[in-house]
Amino acid sequence: MSDLVARRSFLRAMAAAGAAWAAADLLQVEDALAWALDQKRKPGAAFTALTAEQARVVDAIASRILPSAEGRPGAHEAGVVHFIDKALATFKAAQKPLYVEGIQSLDRDAAVPAGFTSLTAAQQDDLLRHVERTPFFQAIRFDTIVGMFALPSWGGNRDSLGWHMLGFEHQPQFQPPFGVYDAEANARR
Amino acid sequence: MLSPRAGRRFSPSDLVDFVIVGSGAAGGILAKELSVAGCSVVVLEQGPRLTPADFDHDEFGTMYQMKLANNPVTQPHSFRASVSDTARQTMAVIYGRLVGGSNAHFTGNFWRLRPIDFNEASVLGGVPGAALVDWPITYAELEPYYTKAEWELGVSGAPGPFDAPRSRPYPMPPLPVKSSGVLMEKGARALGLHPQPTPMAINSQPYNGRPPCQHCGFCLFFMCEYGAKSTSMAVMLPLAEATGRCEIRPGSYVARVETNDAGRATGVTYFDGKKRLQLQRAKAVVLCANGAETPRLLLNSSSSRFPDGLANSSGAVGKHLMFNTYFGVNAQFDQPLNEFKSVQNTRMVQDFYETDPKRGFYGGGAIDARFDRYPISFALTGLPPGTAAWGEDFAKTLSHQFTRSMFFGTHGTSLPVETNSISIDPSLKDAWGLPCMRVTYYDHPDDLKCAEFLAARASEIAQAAGAIKTWPERVLPQTLTVHLLGTCRMGNDAKASVIDRFHRTHDVPNLFICDGSSMVTSSRGQPTETISALAFRAGEHIAAFARRGEI
Repeated sequence: MSDLVARRSFLRAMAAAGAAWAAADLLQVEDALAWALDQKRKPGAAFTALTAEQARVVDAIASRILPSAEGRPGAHEAGVVHFIDKALATFKAAQKPLYVEGIQSLDRDAAVPAGFTSLTAAQQDDLLRHVERTPFFQAIRFDTIVGMFALPSWGGNRDSLGWHMLGFEHQPQFQPPFGVYDAEANARR
Repeated sequence: MLSPRAGRRFSPSDLVDFVIVGSGAAGGILAKELSVAGCSVVVLEQGPRLTPADFDHDEFGTMYQMKLANNPVTQPHSFRASVSDTARQTMAVIYGRLVGGSNAHFTGNFWRLRPIDFNEASVLGGVPGAALVDWPITYAELEPYYTKAEWELGVSGAPGPFDAPRSRPYPMPPLPVKSSGVLMEKGARALGLHPQPTPMAINSQPYNGRPPCQHCGFCLFFMCEYGAKSTSMAVMLPLAEATGRCEIRPGSYVARVETNDAGRATGVTYFDGKKRLQLQRAKAVVLCANGAETPRLLLNSSSSRFPDGLANSSGAVGKHLMFNTYFGVNAQFDQPLNEFKSVQNTRMVQDFYETDPKRGFYGGGAIDARFDRYPISFALTGLPPGTAAWGEDFAKTLSHQFTRSMFFGTHGTSLPVETNSISIDPSLKDAWGLPCMRVTYYDHPDDLKCAEFLAARASEIAQAAGAIKTWPERVLPQTLTVHLLGTCRMGNDAKASVIDRFHRTHDVPNLFICDGSSMVTSSRGQPTETISALAFRAGEHIAAFARRGEI
């Protein structure tokens, strides 16, 4: 569920729950959200801060930090590289040189003409283990986590796949019981 | 409700009865109390005015980019652990920067103090290295205002075995228990302790036209879309505006409290949204800007008559800063708890509230069962030491543990230490050219011992609850806080305190202060209900002063 759809479902839930302060602006907000959603669906440029080749390396590293498995989406599926590209083009622009240098360095370390992305997962892990204490790796690890789990409007967490991976649900309303341990207590209510 | 269209508009040149600086827990209540009492009121708030349609659940923006808090770029501050250190620019203090203040996105914990909190110094004697003193008021004097806060705002709870006496029950029953609460009950009972529902300023049923909690899970650091959280933003400010005598003016960054040759406050100078200086004239000024900004404003309001800062003849402005200690124990369980649903916490233990001389240190506190980590924070800090930091094991562990994890939070005392303080940084200036605050803080040794003690008790509870893995947070001297207490403390002695028992400053007869800075002791980690009760009490007295022409 996109942020905008989520926002709309929250607004509807607000009104349904009797939140008087929501009702007045609801129609106006709904129109604005519908327009924004429409804009968002239009395909844009693939990458802004990163070249296509740099983006492939970033995607490969992020996919080793949070790899996918059967039934469990990873950084690639959640489009983490799109978050990182957007961040490097905007509020994290100061870190772009760190990224460019880190990517170049890994491509050099790969010691094959096709670079880091052509290595097997196990080979990539070996190289990453050597750099895991570097500022570059610390930055990309942090950014991968944010891109995986932040609100989708930041550019990652596509289709809320990061949240699905955790078992986190973003919903306007829940009802008890919430978890296994409170089932009995809340059944008595 | 809470529409920018509501309320009266004043011109800065209008001489209003009161200008209130800050719109949070205390400012909102004072705005309501004073305007209902018939006074004209302008509330100056540095942050923007948001409506529910603006609220979102943006963990990254809110908790990692501080989009609703004091901005570290435009309004930086510095920190040092000791007066002999050079302070460096950092983020040591976080507060809400929006109409409604920090109170708009607080967790909702609403604990009263107990009688002992008000006279602990005389009961225990002093504590070396601390300036522990009694409050000039007693629990009995504040009790009617705790009750008023609970009923006017709306609190869900049930009395616990150690609670202070109350004149009226809670207005609403407790919120539904969460898995973390059930587990705390199990662990605590097994140890002979007394778990109780956590009182929360969140509706468990419809209350005064506002809906009950919908259990979406976004209380801590977020505003409630439903208006189910009983805050100044949702409850008090709309009532203030409905009087037709109160204007809430967002985007107003206060620079100075102005005074005249007679030593009386004449109004407040502030930068409007276009960074133009304005003077709001007022018969009296009320500072509710929080325990960091209130002393900074006083110190920045010095003049030839008040060379050491306004209302600071005692030298106590900015001193005795108290953070409260907050640490805890992480725990993993076998089955899903799904702690991301509903309010932050539903059960707590207050058996260790009072100081016990046998423990060998001053202080006490409480332990609550809670969810503290939204997805990003969980991935960054929610797994035990030794877990892989990346790769297949990291991803697998995150995926398995997120729904199975919880946190036993410990909330403890901070002693008032004279050198722990808000002062003015000698060189740092904000984007408006005003001198910035410098925070000096190092926990008193007893505070850290108390925090260690509470963490050990929390570990025992977690284990008795059947946790398959527990690991405590390391107790270290704190360098970051959201609780800002004690910096303009209340007292009868004008040489040792900033305000009197009615919140009037000792030095300036028409300058009042009510916020966390008024507190004489730190509470056991949840000060909001006390700040609210103080504000209701202050509002009643200040309105009476206004009626009698004593402002």
